[in-house]
Amino acid sequence: MTERTLPAPTPTPETEAFWAATRAGKFLVKTCKECQRAHWYPRALCPFCFADATEWREASGRGRIYSFSIMRRAPQPYAIAYVELAEGPMMMTNIVGCDFDEIAIGQAVRVELREAEGGFRVPVFTPG
Amino acid sequence: MSIKGKSYIVGAYEHPTRKAPDKSVAQLHAEVAAGALADAGLSKEDVDGYFCAGDAPGMGPISMVDYLNLRVRHVDSTDTGGSSYLVHVGHAAEAIAAGKCNVALITLAGRPRSEGMATGTAPRQGNPAQPDLQWEYPYGPTVVNMYAMVAMRHMYEYGTTSEQLAWIKVAASHHAQYNPNAMLRDVVTVEEVVNSPMVADPLHRLDCCVISDGGGALVVTRPEIAKSLKRPLVKLIGAGEATKGQMGGAVDLTYSAARVSGAAAFNEAGVTPADIQYASIYDSFTITVLVQLEDLGFCEKGQGGRFVADGNLISGVGKLPFNTDGGGLCNNHPANRGGMTKVIEAVRQVRGEAHPKVQVANCTLALAHGTGGQLGTRHGSGTLIMERE
Repeated sequence: MTERTLPAPTPTPETEAFWAATRAGKFLVKTCKECQRAHWYPRALCPFCFADATEWREASGRGRIYSFSIMRRAPQPYAIAYVELAEGPMMMTNIVGCDFDEIAIGQAVRVELREAEGGFRVPVFTPG
Repeated sequence: MSIKGKSYIVGAYEHPTRKAPDKSVAQLHAEVAAGALADAGLSKEDVDGYFCAGDAPGMGPISMVDYLNLRVRHVDSTDTGGSSYLVHVGHAAEAIAAGKCNVALITLAGRPRSEGMATGTAPRQGNPAQPDLQWEYPYGPTVVNMYAMVAMRHMYEYGTTSEQLAWIKVAASHHAQYNPNAMLRDVVTVEEVVNSPMVADPLHRLDCCVISDGGGALVVTRPEIAKSLKRPLVKLIGAGEATKGQMGGAVDLTYSAARVSGAAAFNEAGVTPADIQYASIYDSFTITVLVQLEDLGFCEKGQGGRFVADGNLISGVGKLPFNTDGGGLCNNHPANRGGMTKVIEAVRQVRGEAHPKVQVANCTLALAHGTGGQLGTRHGSGTLIMERE
């Protein structure tokens, strides 16, 4: 079955480095240099301690499915999910490259930087 | 400052239309405003406070005060999605208690059905400046699959079943059969709900609310004015509001801001969930009701499935009659915002003016609660407790 084409994200000056990195094959997560906590979605100021000291760090790309749903009523059904990253934070994503029936909460997944519209690469996850 | 007993809901009006291709959104706002003022026995000239949310066309209260030709000294355009109107009632009570206005008018109206809006199933392309947009839009978040992920996690953590969720729709349908304006008046069974087409696992078509045009309005005023009118007295004794976000990535889909807004309202009112005789609970989806009932304290977290099963929400059958107008699941969901109609049906119950087949006997204490936005990840929440005097 053909998978849904991912629409382009809409970067802001705060996030351009993230999308440039995905084009270069890297998946980054913002971490605070003050409190050392990783957060999602990425921000210039740490959402925990509010320090103006967050930096991009390459993430392991590993995580586990926290919840998911198969959007059946769509031209091309797709799986939306929240994945808990090994670095701590939870992110929204799609689960790709597997049968919908195989997707389960708790399943280990790894990142794949998939081509999206507009020449972007968007982080999605696949079992493994 | 407590708002307990400092204001009364004296006017409530629900537009009978469910499809209004021949009316403008502003016109619908005016029609419900006129309806609520007539219900109260007040006139437009008495209104000195006006409240509206994101459904109001144009520049919020500026455009609507102009269109309605009001002369007000207090406005509030707080937008917490579908829960806005519950929050507005609380804010109106605060403004009245602080002397900022005497007669507060709150309106809601919209035409998503006539405009062909794919309310729940199409991803919404928002403003790129919205900070979460770029991290979500590529993945196809829709209202239904976002709420579905809440249901999926609830099932995983607590063993909640599709059959238990279905009981919420079944109860709503039992009530809607008596509402001549309801969009869906047929009584449905658990089997019919779980066998209806899957929209976004685990939510079926009949787990979802209707898409309708329409609107509603409320009038809130101070005790002296309320007591001069000829309507049954519906006193506001507790109000709570709260928001919940994604906490920097510490997402927890299992609970809502009702935990905070509900506790605040119960604390202010000095009553407990066991005292509540009727509850209007926002029902965008069946799972919305279940999570909110737990968070409001009607049952323990995780026990919502057992609580709603076997008709416990059906008036005259169960312990907690809910949404006796049929709610969003069967009656209407004007402007995709169900908070207004939740307050209106609670007012009917406290007045003793609900349909006789669903009216709770001697209903003196009612609760209305709503969630606006995304259940689980980011939303606003409003809870009201009202008492018959």
